[in-house]
Amino acid sequence: MSLYQVQKLIYELNRDPRTQARYESERDAVLDEYELTAEERAALVKPDIGLLYVLGVNGQLLMHFAALHKIEWTDYLERMRQGVKTHGPVREGVYAMTGYAGVDAKGKR
Amino acid sequence: MPLVYCGACSHGPGITGRADRAEPKVRDALHTALRRMGDDIRATRPDALVVVAAEHFANFFMNNMPAFAIGMADGYEGPIEDEAFLKIKRAKVPGNKALSKKLIEGVMQTVDVAYAEEWKFDHGISVPLHFLTPNYDLPIIPANINCQGPPLTPLKRAWAFGEALRAAADALPERIALVATGGISHWPATPDSGKINEAWDREFLARWAANDRDALLSYTDAEIYRDGGQGGFEIRTFIAAAAAAKGAKGKIEFCEPIPIFSVSCTVARMAVS
Repeated sequence: MSLYQVQKLIYELNRDPRTQARYESERDAVLDEYELTAEERAALVKPDIGLLYVLGVNGQLLMHFAALHKIEWTDYLERMRQGVKTHGPVREGVYAMTGYAGVDAKGKR
Repeated sequence: MPLVYCGACSHGPGITGRADRAEPKVRDALHTALRRMGDDIRATRPDALVVVAAEHFANFFMNNMPAFAIGMADGYEGPIEDEAFLKIKRAKVPGNKALSKKLIEGVMQTVDVAYAEEWKFDHGISVPLHFLTPNYDLPIIPANINCQGPPLTPLKRAWAFGEALRAAADALPERIALVATGGISHWPATPDSGKINEAWDREFLARWAANDRDALLSYTDAEIYRDGGQGGFEIRTFIAAAAAAKGAKGKIEFCEPIPIFSVSCTVARMAVS
């Protein structure tokens, strides 16, 4: 598990148009710059928003990452919910901090 | 001279990005309240607007996370977000490096603030500015409190930062306005996005309007997380604004929970002038 590395990559990607261009043209080279597990790398490439959420990626990073991939808001929320159903509770990071279940979605979205 | 304006408002990306999905009446009322806040700020004839925000990994990451930071540049750019997502066009926003430097020197007398000659705005600043200074014609001095990457800045230090900003602003000949931006309870960008603890929000805002330091600082992070979600950590910016008001009382000019905007949307002002 290298949540720090996953989040660092997303942070650089979200804020830097040059990294975004490189991520388009030479994705593997960008990914190689970070120490990622096979699961993390696959989740980033797919992108598997639900798994990235369960791995512990902060929503403030993940939301922008999803927007970069043109994933619509309602779809973004649904992918995280499905991720929790498929992979279980958030494993690490701020949402795992005090036993946050991450599935208490109620009301209109 | 004494701070000419001190207020606080919400900054949720949905306020612009998902505006078309909100109930029109409440959305329009919020947008009007935010624009009126801009009018009120302009009426105080400020030389610069300090925006104390809770940024979201646009500039600061866990490789070197400052508890506090202030921008020190003649210009900034933003938002970093996808334009279609936020529905705000990327723009250059004026700063004032010389004024920032003087302000930072003042703050540093009591609070160890980091300074940054580069700063990219995210929705934490860009959404408020979209309404407050839509023409980007007022120099902005961005400031940040770490509300995102634990260990977070303690609430009592957020208060100290607000006091330091006030002392630094008061010592300058320029007219400084200050706006804090952030959410109260919210679970932003998570599966619980849209959940709002309105009672908790109203209690927090009552404490804020009363400028009750002890009550504002009495929350623990565990309580905030339980009752206000991860987004609740952003009360730090409101707390800094309360401290900057130096005992003045506040008025909640607008507060309505709007689930599609993920937060109790708020516009509030301290009676500093």
